[in-house]
Amino acid sequence: MGRATYIRKRLLLSIFVLFGVTIVIFGMVHFLPGDPAMILLGERATTQNIAALREQLGLNRSLPEQYWMFVSGLVQGQMGTSLQFRQPVRDMVVSRVPISIGLTVYAMGLAAVVTFIFGLLAAANKGRWADQVIRIVFLFILTTPNFWFGILLILVLSLGLKWFPVAGFGATFQEHIWYLFLPALTLGLQLASVLIRNLRSQVIYTGRSDFVRTARAKGLPERLVLVRHVLRNALLSTVTIFGLQFGFLVGGALVIETVFAVPGMGQLLFTSITSRDYPVVQAIVVVSAVLVIIVNLVVDLSYSFLDPRVTYE
Amino acid sequence: MSDTVLKQRAVPNVAPVLQLGFTMRLQKIGLNVTLLAGLALLAVVLLVALCAPLLTPYDPILQKLDEGFQPPLSPNHVLGTDNFGRDVWSRIVWSTRLDLQIGLISVLFPFIFGSLVGIATGYLGGRLDTFFMRIVDVLMAFPFLILVVAIMSILGPGLGNLYIAFGLVGWIPYARISRGETLAARNLEYVQAARTIGATTPRIMLRHILPNVIGPGLVYVFTGMVLAILIGATLSYLGLGPQPPTPEWGAMIAAGRQFLLQAWWLTALPGFALLILGVALSLIGDGLADKR
Repeated sequence: MGRATYIRKRLLLSIFVLFGVTIVIFGMVHFLPGDPAMILLGERATTQNIAALREQLGLNRSLPEQYWMFVSGLVQGQMGTSLQFRQPVRDMVVSRVPISIGLTVYAMGLAAVVTFIFGLLAAANKGRWADQVIRIVFLFILTTPNFWFGILLILVLSLGLKWFPVAGFGATFQEHIWYLFLPALTLGLQLASVLIRNLRSQVIYTGRSDFVRTARAKGLPERLVLVRHVLRNALLSTVTIFGLQFGFLVGGALVIETVFAVPGMGQLLFTSITSRDYPVVQAIVVVSAVLVIIVNLVVDLSYSFLDPRVTYE
Repeated sequence: MSDTVLKQRAVPNVAPVLQLGFTMRLQKIGLNVTLLAGLALLAVVLLVALCAPLLTPYDPILQKLDEGFQPPLSPNHVLGTDNFGRDVWSRIVWSTRLDLQIGLISVLFPFIFGSLVGIATGYLGGRLDTFFMRIVDVLMAFPFLILVVAIMSILGPGLGNLYIAFGLVGWIPYARISRGETLAARNLEYVQAARTIGATTPRIMLRHILPNVIGPGLVYVFTGMVLAILIGATLSYLGLGPQPPTPEWGAMIAAGRQFLLQAWWLTALPGFALLILGVALSLIGDGLADKR
C-alpha cells in the first residue's frame, strides 16, 4: 500500500471514529438508566414539569430523530444551553478550551526536557547507581496520584517556600507561564516517567546496532555518535508513545486544573458533574475526544513522513 | 592505571559471588529482585488490610469533636486526628481494604471479559473481529478518565457505579493484548493438532489457546490495578467515589485539602498509603515483565 492510500484510509478511520464517538455519547445519555429530564429537574419535579422538559429536549421523538438533532447541532457548534448557568454551552466551553490545551502543551514541553535529560543520563549510566536512582524516583512519580502530587507541590513550594503562586491563572502571557508552571510540572513529570523508560531502553538498544559501531569505528566523537546516530533513531518510538499518552494527559490536565484552580475545561466539567449539568458534560467529553482523535491522526501521519521505513499495513 | 586494574580484579572475589548466588537462587524459583520487593511490599499491605481491627485503636468513623486537629505523634494518635477528631491512622488502615477491593474488582471483570473477547476475535476473525476492533477504535478516542467520569456523572456517585464504569471501558487493553497473542498462536502446531483430532472450536479456544495466550494479559493486570486504584482515588477525590464517612484515601485527601495550612497531615499521609500500594503493584508488574 502506498502512502496516499494509507493517508486516505487513515482519514476514513478518523471520520468513522468521530461518528462512533457521537454514537457513544448519544447512547450514554439515552440508554443508561435514568430519565435525563428527571435527573435534570431533581426529585421535587412535578409530572408536568418533566413532560414539558421532555418536549423541550425532544425526548419524545424517535431515537434516529433525536440523534440527528444532536449531530446536526454539534456540526453547527450548537451544544445546547447550560442548565445551571442558563447560557449557551458553546460560549462557556470555547473560551476554556485554549487554556486546557495550553496547559497540556506546556506539560508536554516540560516532559520533553525532563525526558531528554534523565533518559539519556540513565542510558549512559546503564546499571550504575544514577540509572537505579532515576528508575526508582520516576517509578514513584508514575504511581503517585497526580492530584495529590500537585497538592504536595503547593504545600512545599507555594505555601512553604513561597516560590510559586498557590493557584490561579494570571492576566498576561508571562503570568500564565508563571502560574501554570506547577500544574504543568505535575503533569509533565508523570508523562516523563513513562517516556524516560522508553527512551532509556531505545537508546541502549540502538547503541548496540551495527551502524553505531561503524560510526564509533570511523572515529566519530562520542557526542556526535549519540546525537546523530543513536538519538535520531531512538526518538522515533518515544515520539509515538508521546502521542499515545495524549489522552491520559488531557484527562490528567482536567483533574489538575481543579487542584490549581486553573479556569480551564476541567474546572467546568467537575462543577457541572456535581450540579448534573448534562449539556456541559456532554460538550466537554466531545471536545476532549475530538482533540485526541486529531492528535492521533497527526502523529500517525507525521510518523509516515518521519520514518521512511514505515510500512503501511 | 595498573592500580585500578588490580583493584578491579581484586574486589570481586568475595561479594559478587554471594550476590550472584542470591540472584541465581531467586531465578531458580522463578523470582527476581524487583518481583520479590513488590511481593514483600504487597504482603505488608495485605497484612495491614487483614489485621485492620487489631492494628487500629479507634473506630475510623467515630467523631470526637473536642479532639480535632491533633498533629501526628500526639500521645494518643500516632498520625494525628482530622477536623472531626477521627484517628487518621485508623482511617488510613481501614481504607486499605476498600482501595484493595477497588483495585481487584475494577480489574477482575475487565480482565475476564477482555481476554475472552480478544481470544474469540483473534481466533474466529471475520465480522466479529471487525465489529469489536471498531468498538475498540472508538472507545480509544476518549481519554480514559474522562469517559469514566462521564459515565459516573450519569450513573451517579458511589462504589457500585464506579465498578460499572470501569467494566464498560476497562476491558480494552486486555482484549487487544490477548487478541494479538491469539493471532500469533492460532496457526501453531498444537492448535492444528487439536483441530485435526476434531476438537470443537470452543474447546480449542478455552482449553488450548487460552492457557497459552493469557500470560501477557495477566502481567498487565498489575499495571491495570495501579491505574484502577489511581483513577478510583481520583474519582473519590472529585466526590464521585465512596461517600463520606467511609474512609477512602482519595476522599481523605479531598477532605483534608481545605485544611492544608492548619493540618498538612490530613492531605499528605493518605497519599503516601496510596503510593505504597501503587509502588508494590508496579514492582510486581515490572518484575513479571522482566521475567518474560
